[in-house]
Amino acid sequence: MSLLEVENIHTYYGNIQALRGVSLKVEKGEIVTLIGANGAGKTTTLRTISGLLKPREGHVKLEGEDLASYMAHEIVYKGVAMVPEGRGVFARLTVMENLEMGAFSLSNKEQINRNLERVFTLFPRLKERRAQVAGTLSGGEQQMLATGRALMASPSVLLMDEPSMGLAPVLVEVIFDTIQQINREGVTILLVEQNALMALGVAHRGYVLQTGEIVLSDSAEKLRKDPTVQKAYLGME
Amino acid sequence: MRTTSISPWKQAFQSGLLGGAIAVLLALVGMVAAFSGRYIVSGVFTMGQFLFLAPILFLAYMTLRRAPQMPPFRLLQTGMVSGAASGAVIAVFVLIGSVVNLRVMFINASPQLYGILTFNQGVGIGALILLVAGLLLGALAAGIILLPERTRKTIVQAALWVFTIGLLRDLIVTVSFRWGPLAAIIKQFFAVSGLTPVGAAILIALIGGIRYWQLGKNDPHAVTFFNNTKPTVRWLRLGLAGVILLLLPPILGIFFSEILDNVAMYILMGLGLNIVVGFAGLLDLGYVAFFAIGAYVMGVMTSPELGFFNMTWWEALPFALVTSFIAGVILGLPVLRLRGDYLAIVTLGFGEIVRLLVLSDWLRPWLGGTQGIQRIAQPQIGNFVFNTQQELYYLFLAGLGIVAFIAWRLKDSRLGRSWMALREDEDVAKAMGINHVTTKLLAFATGALFSGLAGTIFAAKLTSVYPHSMNFLVSINVLSLIIIGGMGSIPGVFVGALVLIAAPELLREFAEFRYLVYGALLVTMMLTKPEGLWPEERRRLELHEEEHSPAVSAD
Repeated sequence: MSLLEVENIHTYYGNIQALRGVSLKVEKGEIVTLIGANGAGKTTTLRTISGLLKPREGHVKLEGEDLASYMAHEIVYKGVAMVPEGRGVFARLTVMENLEMGAFSLSNKEQINRNLERVFTLFPRLKERRAQVAGTLSGGEQQMLATGRALMASPSVLLMDEPSMGLAPVLVEVIFDTIQQINREGVTILLVEQNALMALGVAHRGYVLQTGEIVLSDSAEKLRKDPTVQKAYLGME
Repeated sequence: MRTTSISPWKQAFQSGLLGGAIAVLLALVGMVAAFSGRYIVSGVFTMGQFLFLAPILFLAYMTLRRAPQMPPFRLLQTGMVSGAASGAVIAVFVLIGSVVNLRVMFINASPQLYGILTFNQGVGIGALILLVAGLLLGALAAGIILLPERTRKTIVQAALWVFTIGLLRDLIVTVSFRWGPLAAIIKQFFAVSGLTPVGAAILIALIGGIRYWQLGKNDPHAVTFFNNTKPTVRWLRLGLAGVILLLLPPILGIFFSEILDNVAMYILMGLGLNIVVGFAGLLDLGYVAFFAIGAYVMGVMTSPELGFFNMTWWEALPFALVTSFIAGVILGLPVLRLRGDYLAIVTLGFGEIVRLLVLSDWLRPWLGGTQGIQRIAQPQIGNFVFNTQQELYYLFLAGLGIVAFIAWRLKDSRLGRSWMALREDEDVAKAMGINHVTTKLLAFATGALFSGLAGTIFAAKLTSVYPHSMNFLVSINVLSLIIIGGMGSIPGVFVGALVLIAAPELLREFAEFRYLVYGALLVTMMLTKPEGLWPEERRRLELHEEEHSPAVSAD
């Protein structure tokens, strides 16, 4: 049984179908990446898994349990945390308050403090800036904050939506190093990326999404060498 | 050097024209004439004159503030250009008015108005005086800027104080009436309207002297009684404020207690709406509905005229509060998925529905229709009945104390944080594990509860309720006072209510222009101080930090 299983989901925005039967599996301890062009349905898939959207057909299962009857906020309590697209930090709250919001689903003070320590070890920059209002952080720092905030919930699965978006190449590398670091610490990661090169560099396996359908899936290494992927997503001829 | 931007001269001229236009506008809507009977300094200077002269000074001052550095003489010239332009606009208006009968279109363009604008010197000389007055005011604006900081602050603050004291003459004289020998002294300063010239001069000197001395002290951040953060001093300060609040009704007397009650009622509603709009970011334009529900439930439960329950005020109170709370949930349910404009429209509709229901003939047997409900019970403790404005004030104060405490505790609670997260980003809040359904419903319900409480006391105060009191404008008033005070700020609600509710009641002439002034005030606030008069700390912090930090996504 996989940790996270997505079975043939069809998701709609009103009458517009965004996903046409997406299926994917994420095993415990993996980094799995979902790559694809703009509008392919990557974010929709993540939002469906996190419960912000409900699929019209198909199932999302966590450790075999169907999540259909849970609302978005309840799924957080199940151990699924999300780093939203465009970071979505609470701009008016301080760094510290943002992190506290991340631990909203936890009630154990000790655990919260442990998580905080962990986040500060991972991102020393956040510790320095903990009293600063999040809206005034740089893009890279905001990405760190969004990631740290998601980790505050002690997730078993972390859903990351385009962490490289709008960041300088140097920072993108830092972020991807951190993703591997977080994974080594035992967090399973589903990573949605347009930057296929970087994503396939850190992931174990990958899925290619095209107009709402999975068109290809394989180990990250093989996908990197696949001629169609190279042509369409890695910019190679 | 500065080839790309507009020359300061041209800018000064333009803003001068604007200043004159504002003055003419204030004259044409009738404010200048309405206030011409209210002296600030008796026989010398009226509020009406202030209204058409202040825009000239203000715009000249703003132009000079924004203009680039220039030598003093240039500054003086620029100021005078702006002032003269304003004066000229008013003079041209007067000249046109003397030839053409503007009254056909503008009802307020009366001979009396021209008299005020020309200082009763006739059109020719009057126009000349206006030009000179403009020049002088422009020069004054430059003078204010050129003065060293200490002198400038002294003069400006002393002038503002004397202006306020002159304006609040009625309040001060009435209140000090019973203070024996002190009353006799205070009376010496005032004329029938405003301050006496001698009194004004003494006050200017006195206040100016004190401020000059205070500003001259070396340490501007010295710890005084008012900014000391030691717990004991804070409690002492709070206690002192409490004692003053308790003593207000006997000090103020019946007439001013009525105003006080009104202010307290609006603060009560403001604290509630502040939770909905300020904390949770849900724009509610039908807030008066809950006020109506609180008042009407109180009426239905207690009025012997309807004769359903004949409860006492205290017995009916829990019913009124619970009904308001449930009404909040009922409004909340259908609008859970709505945001922004759509939410505003639906809540607006909700407010109208409640008003139409209480007005309807259909519900007349139960709610009284257009006639409303009379003989509503007043609260009673033992043999003491809360009856007069002064007695009811204590009821408002008690309610206010409880509500302010709850609001203050809620703000930094888990629920308060959830509201804040929902306000910032609903989807992200959900992804943090926040239940948006209960969180939103609790915001609406808590706000409704506070408003309902205000309604019950309002019903007791009038011992009757009428549909026409449940006007849409009540919602707008409450919303405006929150915006003026500062969204999400609890002290801001108090400040907002003082500015928007107390001020127009104290200056009766305002009543007619109330919404004009509200509108102007709101626009001005949004342009110059969007965070409000007493901003929430968070917004202050945010605006403050933006000045130092690089923009978002700098790397």
